[in-house]
Amino acid sequence: MKIMNMVNALNDALDIKLADDKSVVVYGEDVGVEGGVFRVTEGLQQKYGVERVFDSPLAESGIVGSAVGMAVSGLRPVVEMQFCGFIYPAFNQIISHASRMRNRSRGKYETPIVIRMPYGGGINALEHHSESMESIFGHIPGLKVVVPSTPHDAKGMMISAIESNDTILFMEPKRIYRAIKQEVQEGKYTIPLGKANVLSPGSDVTVVAYGAMVREVQRAMVMAKEQGISVELIDLRSIYPIDKETIAKSVKKTGRVITVTEGPRTYGVASEISQIAVEEAFLHLEAPPARVTGFDTIVPLPKGEYHYMQDPYKILYEIERIVKY
Amino acid sequence: MFKDYNPSDKKTFQVMNEEGKIVNKQHMPEITPERLLKAYKDMLFARTADLMTVSYQRQGRIYTYPPNYGQEAIAGAAGAIMRDQDWMVPAFREMGAMLAKGVTLKELFLYFMGNEEGSNFKNAKNVLPISVPIASQYVHATGIGYSIKYKKENSVVYAFVGDGGTSEGDFHEAVNFAGVWRVPVIFIIQNNQYGISTPVKVQTASESLAIKSIAYGVKGIRVDGNDFLAMYKALRESADICSKGEGPVLIEAVTYRKGAHTTSDDPTKYRTKEEEESWDIKDPLKRLKSYLIKEKLWSEKMEEELLPQYKQEIDRQFVEAENFGEYKAEDVFMHHYAETPDDLKEQLSQYNRFLQWRETRIKNEAKK
Repeated sequence: MKIMNMVNALNDALDIKLADDKSVVVYGEDVGVEGGVFRVTEGLQQKYGVERVFDSPLAESGIVGSAVGMAVSGLRPVVEMQFCGFIYPAFNQIISHASRMRNRSRGKYETPIVIRMPYGGGINALEHHSESMESIFGHIPGLKVVVPSTPHDAKGMMISAIESNDTILFMEPKRIYRAIKQEVQEGKYTIPLGKANVLSPGSDVTVVAYGAMVREVQRAMVMAKEQGISVELIDLRSIYPIDKETIAKSVKKTGRVITVTEGPRTYGVASEISQIAVEEAFLHLEAPPARVTGFDTIVPLPKGEYHYMQDPYKILYEIERIVKY
Repeated sequence: MFKDYNPSDKKTFQVMNEEGKIVNKQHMPEITPERLLKAYKDMLFARTADLMTVSYQRQGRIYTYPPNYGQEAIAGAAGAIMRDQDWMVPAFREMGAMLAKGVTLKELFLYFMGNEEGSNFKNAKNVLPISVPIASQYVHATGIGYSIKYKKENSVVYAFVGDGGTSEGDFHEAVNFAGVWRVPVIFIIQNNQYGISTPVKVQTASESLAIKSIAYGVKGIRVDGNDFLAMYKALRESADICSKGEGPVLIEAVTYRKGAHTTSDDPTKYRTKEEEESWDIKDPLKRLKSYLIKEKLWSEKMEEELLPQYKQEIDRQFVEAENFGEYKAEDVFMHHYAETPDDLKEQLSQYNRFLQWRETRIKNEAKK
């Protein structure tokens, strides 16, 4: 066991896979010499050389499109989108090629690509650096979208992602890149993608969250507990595939569900989870499924961001409302 | 001049050398001493503001900021040439040009303090907001060029991008479209040698960035971007070409980012002190100042007297931005649509109900 934050844990996972699989290559903007603007790839170029860990020209479409080419010809590229707001030039390559290649070629080609991308708000960043747009990616057939919330999960999920034969958008909650430290198992281990994790069992209300929102829910739970409200917290971990079974089981038990996300409300992940609750646990519901989400607005710049972000009070407000419903 | 400096000839256009001596009399721009002096003072103001902004950031009074230090002659020359009716399409390292167009420091400070009001340039005509997604703004410049041509207006577009931006598809699409449409756009590449940590040689195998103009059938030139006179001359001629309907033009302005990419960046990770020092002698302000002093237009004493006034004015605008006022819940919701949809209005009402609840709750917590 070793104490790590999420940056260390992701770096460790990349290190392990670079060491054990020659087909793994890591590239993107500033990931080589500098080791990434968040230092997730620090030291890897020195260790594995410029042919395997390198800086690309500044072009997201080029990065993901070339990864598709590498993947169909036998490599396993792990590429970085420097910030969530810069992925859009690559959107065409993701939606038109990476996510479709297997289907279009009827299984002849596959695209084992990991697209790493820091996302989310709460760090007083510049424009286009704080969005949380997992819903639009979760909507793409053929793409997997995952989000860890702890260093331990980040490492195990990253190893699984690199070993997977699918294209995976690996969203990294940059707000908690360094904020959470925990003991992380040394060496290789995997965490299956597509499995949610019940972080704390409870009986009154199910709260589903992922990424940086898990910590906010945990803070709200402390206040809820003071009022005698017992919350069951589920860390979703995977936006797609979505773990219906874990959600349904929990909602059947508690009869209430709230989903907490950073992104905009309409057509979001929270809507999907509400629908799962209705479909899978309709007769158990004591209250309508609820959402704590961003507004359907552009993420405000830092001066106004606190209005938009989820905080323990916003979550508690909804917990109280739903429990009293 | 464009004939003499065809990008395939591997020449860089320079008028004044590193000591501030005119080495290319043939291409010395026509500029009055008054105009030249004003340009220098504007560059000095921009540099002072830029350096002070970095220190405000270090004091925690402003968020992430991309310094302009070392690149002032490019924005300075554009600022000296752009007219009211011309358009400016910025990236994010052109402070001097924005100020020349009428954007205020207070507005720029507001933006970097994290307030959208800082992109609402109250008294600046035809300036788009700062563009963070690299090179995405370049295609807008082409579209504005089309409007100008369509409406037969007397106007030119000045579009900015960095060396890193030339790798993005949008850069190529913008210049290609503009070439096909023959629109009045001056594409200015500030080649400051690095896209964050990535040197130009990792961006392109081309021998220069200017040479890319040839592939798109547009006029191009490589200019010493730290030489104000060369930049002024190149932009002047480009503007004339555009006004005659013979645009677009692509200018590679060779410069050096003396500061960090942004205040979050640490350049010691990827470049050497020796390299940084080798660019110090090419500093754009030092160079123009030497020339002005030789011409008896300026003196160290005059500069010493002026700087405190500048600092005072910069700080005044900074404090005004700091005291701009509260960011209200309504501010989050406004300006998304011509008319706010009902659902969005409802989201604001819900949020206001939550705020009331929270206020009561926090009061009650305090009582306990």
